[in-house]
Amino acid sequence: MASGVKPRVKVPKSAAAGSAITIKTLISHKMESGQRKDKEGNVIPRSIINRFTCTFNGKSVIDIKTEPAISTNPYFQFDATVPEAGDFVFTWYDDDGSVYDAKKSVAIG
Amino acid sequence: MGMNLFKTTAAVAGLALIATGMATKMTHADQGAKLIINGELTIPTRAPAPAHLEAIDEITSGWLYRTSETQALEMDDFDNPSFVFVDVALDLFDKADGSEGKACSSCHENVEDFAGLTASMPRVNADGMLETTTELVNKCRTERMGAEAWSYSGGKMSAMTSLIGLQSRGMPVNVAIDGAAKPYWDKGKDLYYTRVGQLDMACSNCHEDNYDVMIRADHLSQGQINGFPTYRLKNSKMNTTHGRFKGCMKNIRAQPFGQGSDEFKALELYVASRGNGLTVETPSVRN
Repeated sequence: MASGVKPRVKVPKSAAAGSAITIKTLISHKMESGQRKDKEGNVIPRSIINRFTCTFNGKSVIDIKTEPAISTNPYFQFDATVPEAGDFVFTWYDDDGSVYDAKKSVAIG
Repeated sequence: MGMNLFKTTAAVAGLALIATGMATKMTHADQGAKLIINGELTIPTRAPAPAHLEAIDEITSGWLYRTSETQALEMDDFDNPSFVFVDVALDLFDKADGSEGKACSSCHENVEDFAGLTASMPRVNADGMLETTTELVNKCRTERMGAEAWSYSGGKMSAMTSLIGLQSRGMPVNVAIDGAAKPYWDKGKDLYYTRVGQLDMACSNCHEDNYDVMIRADHLSQGQINGFPTYRLKNSKMNTTHGRFKGCMKNIRAQPFGQGSDEFKALELYVASRGNGLTVETPSVRN
């Protein structure tokens, strides 16, 4: 179980209907690649976030498969069009089966 | 023959490419840039030098010497990687530790109460001893919480001093250098101007005589510590002043003083006083 994992998201509180907004996300995670060895020479088991998704009102916005070369504390920034008021839901999937999520509401105005 | 000619042309073209590549890499940061954090907090990055500083007229934040991409990271708290560590410290602040079952928040209700502290540290305490923010934290941990002291520049300590420093962000640096602080300040000044190590260099050789000059691939700053602890891209963690002093001393192939030693504490006071009038930027971002 990875410790100290905390998702953070920055989404504007409101947007004009049909306009594109910039969304920034970051999850603190050590992203252990599985390639490193400890002092005794044993392989440190892989422990990464392997998938990140974002949905808006249940519809998929992005769905990313992440690999071991992604750095510590993965940061994703992307633009999304907001057709109506609603909720963005962000989900991170950990190798150990944990699922972390965050939700942000956007109003039209 | 034709083949040879081709080779020569190719080599020349290659050289030209390298030259252009270097020209773009060497571009200095925009020295007129304005540091505005989250679009609301304007931090002055230039100030008149304090009276005790004779060799320099204007003191400048290290932020001015970084590339515009690195500068941008500090201008938004979401983009600033330091805040991952600040968040860790916020959790530690509320977490009980040690035999007394106390957390920082058991005594210090609000972390905002530390506003202004970092701007005046290090300082001389009631016993006439010079003390740093790090020592204050460890004193609380060992004497009031009954917990073990954190290592001087360790992950937990640097996160906590970043959180405490953040409360002073936007306030002018103002460390006391007279009265009881005078002997420590004098000692720090001596160290600053003393050449040490195999390369026989003093702090002043780079940060006073040669700031704004390239030292190989790096743009030398005045070595101001108004942004410490600072997140460095090179090691992706919070870096403390004493950690940075140690790094500098290793670079000039000197035997570094210990972190938390009397020497580094005195040097911290002197270097902080060279920034009297600059604004606290903690937690800053550097390369």
